[in-house]
Amino acid sequence: MSAHAPTLTKTKTPVTAAEAASTAAAPGGPRRRRLGPGRPIRYGWALGPALLLAVWAAGSAAGLIDPRNLSAPWTVVSTAGDLIADGRLQSNLATSAQRALLGLLFGVAAGLALAVVSGLSRLGEGVIDGPVQIKRAIPSLALIPLLILWFGIGESMKVITIALGVFVPIYIHTHNGLRTIDNRYAELAETVRLSRPQFLRHVVLPGALPGFLLGMRFAVTAAWLALVVVEQVNATSGIGYMMELARTYGQTDIIIVGLVVYGLLGLVSDGLVRLVERRALSWRRTLAG
Amino acid sequence: MAAHTGGLSTGTTPGARNTGTAPGVGPTTGTAGGVVRIAGLVRAFGDRKVLDGLELSIAAGEFVALLGRSGSGKSTLLRALGGLDHEVTGTGEIIAPAEVSVVFQDARLLPWKRVLGNVVLGLTGPDALDRGRAALAEVGLQGREKAWPVELSGGEQQRVSLARSLVREPELLLADEPFGALDALTRIRMHTLLRRLCERHRPAVLLVTHDVDEAIVLADRVVVLDEGRIAADVPVGPAVARRHGSPEYAALRDELLARLGVDPTEADPAAFDPTAQESVA
Repeated sequence: MSAHAPTLTKTKTPVTAAEAASTAAAPGGPRRRRLGPGRPIRYGWALGPALLLAVWAAGSAAGLIDPRNLSAPWTVVSTAGDLIADGRLQSNLATSAQRALLGLLFGVAAGLALAVVSGLSRLGEGVIDGPVQIKRAIPSLALIPLLILWFGIGESMKVITIALGVFVPIYIHTHNGLRTIDNRYAELAETVRLSRPQFLRHVVLPGALPGFLLGMRFAVTAAWLALVVVEQVNATSGIGYMMELARTYGQTDIIIVGLVVYGLLGLVSDGLVRLVERRALSWRRTLAG
Repeated sequence: MAAHTGGLSTGTTPGARNTGTAPGVGPTTGTAGGVVRIAGLVRAFGDRKVLDGLELSIAAGEFVALLGRSGSGKSTLLRALGGLDHEVTGTGEIIAPAEVSVVFQDARLLPWKRVLGNVVLGLTGPDALDRGRAALAEVGLQGREKAWPVELSGGEQQRVSLARSLVREPELLLADEPFGALDALTRIRMHTLLRRLCERHRPAVLLVTHDVDEAIVLADRVVVLDEGRIAADVPVGPAVARRHGSPEYAALRDELLARLGVDPTEADPAAFDPTAQESVA
């Protein structure tokens, strides 16, 4: 309990500022125990993944991991090379990306339009909000059987499934953003006599932007999730189809290449949204530095 | 004045404004020459009458401070004048100029607009930005046009808010405890700035405050609101306002405090000594 010593002496005999400073600065001198997690480690985030990779590689090299269950890392890398060389990866990726982007586009447009209508008018809210909340309670993926019956197993069913998954978070967060705009700003807008279009442009839309961008981050994740499912259920092309086919032939290396591609797509798209967020919301970031 | 009446009752608060008063009575009521004339104003929240037959007029370019205990209806009156009392029922008559600006207690800047964008919010015309820059220079914020509101101190934010009000060249400036959230030193600087700006632009001013000293220092006339009516209406001579230590100042301060229901001997002079503060400023 030597750590407590300085405080005790301080209360008993008055210590001058200089003395106190020298005690504190003395190397190896009594210090309080730090309770926080401590200073950040450089590249600390890479520690876990690197460890995992090392275990995987060591296990494969030592023959502890059966390649039928999990291919060795180097096999995965060379398979990826082969897939790129014969163009299969690119064409499947292009198909998948097109589905995801189209679904995202329609979903965002629908979510945004519905949120604006329901956020700005009480009548709109009455008509729109209920059905959206009901839709929210039903997972989009549970709708797939019905969507297949309605739209067949073609591209439109896939894009619609993705859009249905995307529009909910966009709607929820944009609507919330619109509704939580401080009423004092509306009052200000009245005193400086903004017209309704001016009010929308200068107050409402910028005020709802943080909510929309948060919804966008969820939407991007939702788009990839829905993509994986529709491609593994009914598809003849795309990354999911490629993985599904590999499962039939027991090619774990190709499955892992697919997983890595999905992971990278998720990371890159989330990074893009965050970049846009940082640019568009720089007025909010300034305090954080 | 007739034109102003019409413009306001159609423009800002339909219904609530002239209810109970026959049309056409307006221009003849009140003191002649007032920019603001309020007659028989009643405002109620439920059964509680906050303003009860209030009469007040403000001359062009006159600086009036409105004192009152909390809940005395100060803000209700200000909001009625600013046309912001949508959901309040009431009767009576208000004549106010077409150009009214409001300064709120919080600076109320849009956080997603830079300083200049906030100042020129809603302004039109090709010279809007230039006028905005000039207004910012007037409040001493030249060069901060591109700053975000969060980057400014509380006093600076309130100065931006003043610039936003004055760039509209209002005939009436309504201020609802605009310095209430500022520290004492900043408040004194803001007093000086506000007086200077008002002397230059000459709007009629209604300043709501709970601070007796602020009222005496700034205003040409101090009005005390009590029980929904004007309980006292005291002119402040320049001799009084500029000499904090003078017996006249102390007498006026005591009188106003008494009107507000505070025993002047209770108010510890050491707690708020205007003389000491002035020497700091």
